[in-house]
Order: sequence, then C-alpha cells, then structure tokens
Amino acid sequence: MLAESGKLDRRELTRVLLEDRGEMAVIAGLGAPAWDITAVGDHPLNLPLWGGMGGAAMIGLGLALAQPNRKVLVITGDGEMLMGIGALATIAVKKPRNLSIVVQDNEHYGETGMQETATKHGVDLVAMAKGAGIPRTMFVTKPGEVPALKAAIHEGNGPFFAVAKIDATSKKLVLPPRDGSIIQARMREAILGPAAHHQL
Amino acid sequence: MDPNAIDQAPDAAASWPDQIYDLLKKHEIRQVALVPDAGHSRLIKRCLADNEIIVTTLTTEEEGIALLQGAWLGGDKGVLLMQSSGVGNCINMLSLSHIHRCPMPMLVTMRGDFGEFNPAQIPMGAATQSVLEAMGTLVRRADTPEDIAPTVDATIRMAFNTFRPTATLIGQRVIGAKTFGKD
Repeated sequence: MLAESGKLDRRELTRVLLEDRGEMAVIAGLGAPAWDITAVGDHPLNLPLWGGMGGAAMIGLGLALAQPNRKVLVITGDGEMLMGIGALATIAVKKPRNLSIVVQDNEHYGETGMQETATKHGVDLVAMAKGAGIPRTMFVTKPGEVPALKAAIHEGNGPFFAVAKIDATSKKLVLPPRDGSIIQARMREAILGPAAHHQL
Repeated sequence: MDPNAIDQAPDAAASWPDQIYDLLKKHEIRQVALVPDAGHSRLIKRCLADNEIIVTTLTTEEEGIALLQGAWLGGDKGVLLMQSSGVGNCINMLSLSHIHRCPMPMLVTMRGDFGEFNPAQIPMGAATQSVLEAMGTLVRRADTPEDIAPTVDATIRMAFNTFRPTATLIGQRVIGAKTFGKD
C-alpha cells in the first residue's frame, strides 16, 4: 500500500476502504478522489463529483441527515476540503453519527499543475476538525493504521474525520460517467427504490 | 425584536412568514438550510420548533446548495433560506443543480433593494436577480405581502416538478428598510 515515496498509495487506500462496503454511500470530491472511487469499482451508491468544489462534505451531511440509518463516506482532497472548511463547523453542530470524511492529503492541487496547498505548509486539518468540535478524528500515514481507519468509518459513531497523507503522484485517469443526472438518479434509485423517479 | 438589530424583521401582524411555513409543510419539506436573516426570523423560529424539519445553520450559503444536493440524494426535499447578500456566495455551487438536475428552491429576503440605508448592501442587492438568472435559476419576485405565499408555492413546485434551481425574492418593500433613526 506504500508508494516509492514511503507514503500511502491513494488508490490502494481507496480500494481497501471501499472493499466490502455494504450499503455505504460514497461521495467523492472532484478530481483524483472521483477517479479513485471509480477505478476501484464504479457503483450505484457512488457520487463522484465533477464540480462543486468545496461542497463534498456538505453533500455528505445532507445525505447523512436524510438517511440516518445508512453509512455515508466522503472521500475528498485537501484542496477541496480547504475550500469548504466551514463545513466542519456545520457538521460538528449537526452531529451525524453515520457520516465519515476522509481527506486524501497529497498537499497539492493535483488537477491544475501540482501547486502546493496550505497543508504543505503546516495547516493541520485534523486540528481544525477537532477545533470545530468533531470528537473522533484520525491522522493516518502508515498501512498498519488503515484497518483502524476502516473500522472507524464502519462503526457509525460519527461524525468522524480523518486525514490520510498520500503519495502525490497522479494515477491513471479512470473517469466516472459524465452525465450527472445519471449519477444522481442511480444513487437515488439504489437508496429509495423505483419510487425515486416518481412524483413526491 | 432587538431594537439594536441592523436588519428589519417583518411586522408581528404580518402573516406571510406563517404562510411560508405552512407551504413548507404542505410540500413535505424535510430539510431547511439557512444563514439567518431578520426577514426570515419568524419562519426560522417556526422551523426550529418543528421536530419533523431538520434545520441546518450554515457558515456560508454555498454550503446550503451542497446540503440540498445531499438531501435530495437521500430522498429529502429541502429549501435554502438566505438574505440577498448570501446569493453571491452560492454562484459556482449552483452548478450542482445543473450537473445532476437537482431541485434547489431558494427563498431570498432582499436587502439593498428598496429604501436601503446601508451602502454595503446595494451591490449584491442590485445584482441578486441577474446573477441567479445567469446561473439558470428561475427567479420570481414578491413585492406585496399577498404575493409572497403564491410565489413561494410556485418556486417550490417548479424546483421539484422540473428539477432545477428556483428562487423567490421577497422585496425589501414588504420587509421594510431600517433607517437607524435617520429618517
């Protein structure tokens, strides 16, 4: 699971986290996290984002509040999380037990030329989450810590927030469906059944 | 109401905040996202007192757009309440509604619109309708008390029946403009 840099391989990490996921719904922030969740196996309960930068965690919150008995996992990048960092306060106040957020932190904006993000310069997202009032957090750098990360995601004792430091190398592009209406409709159908498409 | 509050809340005799609440119930709205505005203060109180409505107070309005997206994925109908200045914070996030065809009704109380005292409210107040429409939002205004409920009803219907962002702008003429005693 380690890249040559000695840091976690993002795709291997994603593969392990989504293995045997059960009925868990997964929101992936735009860019590499969206490619990652698609590369390890596209799924009706995946919402890979093509845009809406800064919104992944809040989409996770809206879904977690609507479906309190279903685990919801947000996988996103450090740049995406930083853009919507106030969401940590909003989520901490709502206390959704079924919501987990995992930031795959490569300390760079990967889709735009690998410019450095604030986490490269010491900004500590775990400390920010704790400061917001999210009680359960993890900082993951080693493969040996990943089973505990996975267990925390599945525990349902959230809100849970983790940063996993990952290797910055870009992986092979594996693109999800580009028609967002299909991505939304298939998740709604997977959660709500055929009624998803009928008049409310 | 706090006499030192800068924003103006609707007159206690005004029935339109309660009419909006009744519409939220009629349309089975389950999630209400908001950044507070004095114009919505009574409606916010009604929602907070309702155990069947999940109220989420946001740090910035664009969070509300993302929240509505997530709520809809999970089968919940939501609305976003905000002041006109907050519309400016939502613009790029509104792309979610177009990408996914997600219903996103917004109920906006206007500042910088009619008799405004605060210069800082004018730029966004004057631009609110244009920028919403530039992002493909169906915008309808209500400038009299009796227009508010039918317009909000239409805004909620058009969002959920036709899968797009929609907005009612509640004019400052209805809410009233505070003058800080400088009439």
